[in-house]
Formats: sequence, structure tokens, C-alpha cells
Amino acid sequence: MEMDTVLISRLLTAMTLGFHVIFATIGVGVPLLISIAEFIGIKKNDPHYTMLAKRWARGFVITVAVGVVTGTAIGLQLSLVWPNFMQLAGNVIALPLFLEVFAFFFEAIFLGIYLYTWDRFKKKITHWYLSIPIVLGGGFSAVFITTVNAFMNTPEGFTMEDGSFAAVNPIEAMFNSAAPSKIIHVLSSAYLTSAMLLAAIAAFMLLRKKAKGTAATYHKKALKVTVTIAFVFAAFNLLTGDVSAKFLAEHQPEKLAAAEWHFETEEGADLVLFGWLNEDNEPTGVIRLPNVLSFLAHGDFNSEVIGLEEFPEEEIPPLWVHYMFDLMVTIGMFLFGITLLYLVVSKVKRWNENNKWLLGSILISGPLAFLAIEFGWIYAEVGRQPWILRGYMTVEEAATSSPHIGLMFFMFLGLYIVLGTLCVVVLRKLFRDNPVENELEELPLKEEKGDE
Amino acid sequence: MSYEIVGLAVLWIFLYGYLIVASVDFGAGFFAYYAKITKKDHIINKLIARYLSPVWEVTNVFFVFFFVGIVGFFPDTAYYYGSALLVPASIAIVLLAIRGSFYAFENYGSKQSNVYMFLYGATGLLIPASLSIALTLSEGGFIVEENGVVSLQYWELFTSPLSWSIVGLSIVSVLFISSTFLTFYAARANDQPALKLVRGYALFWSTPTIIAALTSFIFLSQHNERHFGNMMDLWWMLGLSVGFFMIAMWLLYQERGYGLAFISVMLQFFFAFFAYGIGHYPYILDPYITIADGATHESMGLALIVAFIAGLFLLIPSLALIFKLFLFDADYVKGKK
Repeated sequence: MEMDTVLISRLLTAMTLGFHVIFATIGVGVPLLISIAEFIGIKKNDPHYTMLAKRWARGFVITVAVGVVTGTAIGLQLSLVWPNFMQLAGNVIALPLFLEVFAFFFEAIFLGIYLYTWDRFKKKITHWYLSIPIVLGGGFSAVFITTVNAFMNTPEGFTMEDGSFAAVNPIEAMFNSAAPSKIIHVLSSAYLTSAMLLAAIAAFMLLRKKAKGTAATYHKKALKVTVTIAFVFAAFNLLTGDVSAKFLAEHQPEKLAAAEWHFETEEGADLVLFGWLNEDNEPTGVIRLPNVLSFLAHGDFNSEVIGLEEFPEEEIPPLWVHYMFDLMVTIGMFLFGITLLYLVVSKVKRWNENNKWLLGSILISGPLAFLAIEFGWIYAEVGRQPWILRGYMTVEEAATSSPHIGLMFFMFLGLYIVLGTLCVVVLRKLFRDNPVENELEELPLKEEKGDE
Repeated sequence: MSYEIVGLAVLWIFLYGYLIVASVDFGAGFFAYYAKITKKDHIINKLIARYLSPVWEVTNVFFVFFFVGIVGFFPDTAYYYGSALLVPASIAIVLLAIRGSFYAFENYGSKQSNVYMFLYGATGLLIPASLSIALTLSEGGFIVEENGVVSLQYWELFTSPLSWSIVGLSIVSVLFISSTFLTFYAARANDQPALKLVRGYALFWSTPTIIAALTSFIFLSQHNERHFGNMMDLWWMLGLSVGFFMIAMWLLYQERGYGLAFISVMLQFFFAFFAYGIGHYPYILDPYITIADGATHESMGLALIVAFIAGLFLLIPSLALIFKLFLFDADYVKGKK
């Protein structure tokens, strides 16, 4: 029975986070794209970009609402589902948690102002300035909350006395060794995924072939700007992923070893791609890239990589995280490839970057990017099992003892199903009832009015 | 003054802030629905939406701010309240989630749906009721720790006159605060029909509010004598609270000074809320957590206070800006912008 509450606690938290991360990613990334589009609109004096910003913002609010309420849920669930953990770790991670709320507060205030002041200022640029605090607020809340997660991977900034923390140094705990690599990877993937999402929408609209004339131009502009931004962050994302791998090799070798099915400590370790584990726990059907894991871990093809044999059996994460790791990396590479291809094709005059195949690939890239985020988080979180605070507290010691947790799981499952469904329904309705064609028709009139 | 008292004082101010802004929001949801079923929605719904749309998210953050703050300053609260409140707090989360997201769905997405309106109105009353349970629990006697397992005594809670009187008080206060605010807002918008309607609500809800406050006070004296005694020592704060209530009522009857009336209501609740909070000293959760023992390490406490102050430098101007644009900008309030 004891085990059951722990398992359900884990499932409940995984479900809440898995659902929240979709909206959190949009919440961090999309404001940057809105801001960029509005800025281009002002600089080029092109109403298409301004309309992009407006329409994105309109849809964004709906997702923010779900992000806010699920964020509130996870904030409270930390204490409700993991009371022992918060009692202990709360002493050390309160500061970043608190700063996260500040950043979010800041974002919420300016988002409210931004949405309702499109036409209230004399100069258009004044309204654009309001987007900056939203981008910063979203970015910083990601930074702060990521430091909390980083702390759980590499707890630092305290000493341990009789089972409780002493000599707490909040700053050191916040900027622990896992923080930098995690922050840059989380931010770059959030911007990449959001750009990819909006690119996929533009690709979808173009594929429907209903878009003609100005509407087609509008969607093509949307596609170009989003794919360009996605390319930049896809490239950066590969780089930050590499930094993360090198961090793991140094500070959390068991996580990297589990991802790579790397059992024996050796020099010149192979990178293992795909495959499965047979009954004797041996990797089968894998593609081996000789010495590449050593390079990934330490930037040297002959360096030594620590294997799982070095750790006690009960402290090893489950080996299925390999699949998560592979899927995340594969999608990351694919996103980089497809955005690069689009940009190359668009540079060559004879080729048409808006061909069916390319558009189709961009369309599936949107959902794939979100899947990569989920796989990445599952890898990161399951990869530090059995610890909730690596080296200090196991997940089992941290969970609530309440017998009602099972009921709560189903209550939240119901909630997320309702929220997820309604969110999609409302977004579809919002854009179906007011297609871009209608708004584009109204455009010239508005512009003339403005000129008078 | 020690850092834990400073921390708690700031947190209490934030909780008070939440009490006011959330009451306006929760009550408005109820009134919007009530107006709809009594076919008066055309009178006040625009007014309500104009105020709520830009600020609903801000309201929510006040709450997050408080609970993250209290867990940060007093990690033991996470253990006791977290363990005991799994079910009631989870229900509150679900209600908040329904409310927040449905508000956005309704106002930014699809058009007028009766179901959304109903849920928005109903959750507006259920959320304060479910959140007020935490206040009841702090009085002691409802949370028991045995062999390292913390559990909530549901039977005691549901049969306690104190818990029901606090639930009642929270609901009627929400309606009273909200209707006085809407009266002020309608007066600013110079919207006479709306003003007449919401002023009626305000006058109506004043009586239950003061009765519920008295009842809760009496039941508190039976449940927790120490707390009651402490509050009696702060008789002047309670007196000020009643005084401001009377000023508010007088202004509402006189049909003038609605801004002042709302400020009086804010002060009425400010003094009552702080007398209640100060009277709670030295306990946060009677008898398990005291302010002195439950506090986090000094270094973290100081870091949090520094973060508070730095954060307030950012927040106060931003809040001032949003209020200036949507509350004190006469043209916006009147719907011209």
C-alpha cells in the first residue's frame, strides 16, 4: 500500500507537469515571436506583421490561461503531494521559487496591459515597448524555476547536520552546477518549439490551398519569419544540448550512462543509437558510433566515460530512458535539418520553398518539437531516479502518505482532459470564425483612417 | 524586529491584497451570473468585463505569491498543511483552474455561453469557501499528527460551528466587497442603471457581512480562547473596523463618495484582518508551528526579504500603471477606449 501512494504521487506530478510544460513552453517562447513580428511590422511599416502579432497574441491568451491555472496547480501540488520534500528542501529553494512568482507577476501585469492597449498610444512603438517586459518575465520565470529543478539534480549551497540542512546559502543553491546548462537548454528549446509551432500553423494554412492572394502572402511571411527564428534556435539548441551532455558526464554520470546503455567504464566509449535491450539486458540492434560518446562527454574521442557498473544497483535510473534520449536528440537534429533546408531552398531563385513536401515536413515539425520537449523532460526527470534530491532524499521518502491521492489523480486527469479539449475547441473557433481573409480586407480602410 | 516577523507581515499584506482583488473578481463572477438569470445582464456585464479582462491574471498571482511565500518562509507549513489539505486544496485548485481558464475561453474566445457563466459564478463562491478552510485549520484541533502521519479530522471540521461560520463570512464578505467596488466603478463610468443595481447589492450584503463577522467571533471565543483573548486586547483595531464599516454604509446611503466608501470597506477589512492575524501570534498552526520555530534559516529569510523589496520596486510601479490605465482612466472605464 505504501508503494502505491508513492507511485500515484509520481504519476500525478508527471501528468500535471507533462500537461503544464506544453503551455509553459508556449508561454515562454511565443511572446518573443509576437514581439519580433510587431517590431518588424513597425519598422517595415507592413501591416501584415502587425496583424501576425495581433492574431498570435489573441491565441496566446487562451494558452496562457491554461498555463496559469496548471502552473498554480503544480505550485500547490509541490507541497500537497511532496510535503516531506518541501519541508526539507523548502529551506534552500524558497528563493528561486519566490523569484519565479515575481517574474510571472511582472509578465501577467504587462500581458494585461499589452492586450488592451493596441490602439491607445500615439506612437506604435510605445505599444511595442510593452512586449519587452512580457518576454523578459516569461524568460526569467523559466530561468528561476529551472534553477529549482537543477538544485534537485545537484543539491548545493548547504551543509547537512542531523538530517536537516544547515548553513544555507540561497545564492549558491540557486546557481548550482546544473543550473547554467539546464537554463540555456530549456530557453533555447522553448523558443525553438514556439517558433516551430507557429511555423507549422502557417504551413498548414498554406497547404490548405484556400489561402490566395494577400492571405497567401500573409502566411508566407509568417512562415519565413518563424522558420528563420526556429533555425537560429535549433542551431543554438544543438549546442546547448552538447553542453548539457558534458555537464552530465561530469556531475551526473549515471544519468548519461543510463541514456547510452553504457555499462562499463572505459576510454573511447561508443555512442549507442536506437536498438532495444534483450532479456539479458544487452543492447541489441543498435547503431554504434565508435568513440563518439567520449567526444560527447568530454570533447575528446579517447576520454574515459564512467559506466553504470560504478553505482549501486538501487541508485541506477531505469534503462528505458535511452529511448527518451534518442527520440529527443533525433527530433532536435531533424528540426535543425528541416529549417536549414527551407532557408537554403528559399535562397535559390529557381526553387520554390513553399512546395508541398517542405510544407508538410514543417507541419509535422510543430508537434514533433513538443514531443521532443516531453521526451527531454521525461529523460531528465526519470534519469535522476530514485532520487528526488540527488544523494539526499529518495522519491519514496518525499511523497505524501495520504490515502486519497488516487482519487486526486483521477480528479486532475478529468480536469486536464476538459481543459485540453476546450482549449483546442476555443482556439479553433476563434480562428475559424474570424479568418485572416476577413481581417485583411479591413486593413486598407484602417490604414487610410490612420493617415488622415 | 526579527526577520520572520517581517516576512510574515509582508505575507499577510499580500494575503490581504488577495482578499480584496479576489473578492472583487469572485463577487463579480457571481453578480454577472445573477444578473443574467434575472435578465439584467445587459446592465452590468460590460462594466464587469471591462474591469476584469485585463486584471484576472494578476489576481491569480497574488494567491500564488502568498502560498509560495509562506512555504518559503515557513517550510513546516508545507509539511502540515500540505499533508492535511491534499483533498480540500486539490478541489480548490480544480475550481481555480475551471474559473481562470473558462474566463479566458469566454472572454477572449467563444461568445457568451451559459455553462461558462454558471461555472464562473458558482466557482466564485466555492473558492473562497474552500480557501477559508485553511484559516479554520490554523486555529488548531483539526489537524492531528500521529506516528509521523498528518491527517485532517474531517468529522470535527464538518461539525464545527466555527468552520461553517468562517465559510459563511468569507462568502458574504466577497459579495459585499465586490458590490461596493462595482458601485464605485459604475459611478466612475457614470453608468446610472448599473450604479443603481450594484448599489442595491452593496446595501443588501452589508447586513449579513456584519452578522457573520460577529458570529465567527463568538465561535472563535469558544474554540480558541487564547486567540480570542489576543484579539480582545486589540479592541481598538476591531473598533476602527466597525467604524469604517459605518462610514461606508453612510456614504452608500447618501449616494455619494463611492470611492471613499470603497476605501472605507478596504480599511474595515484591513483592520479586522490584521487584528485577526496579530491575535494569532505566536502560532501559525496551533499548536504545531510557531513563528519562531517554524521559520526557515536566517540566511534564506534575509534573502527572501531582499527579494521581496527588490520585487516590490518592480511590482508597485507596474501595478500602478495597470490601475492607471484600466481603473482611473475615465475614458477606458466609460468604454470609449
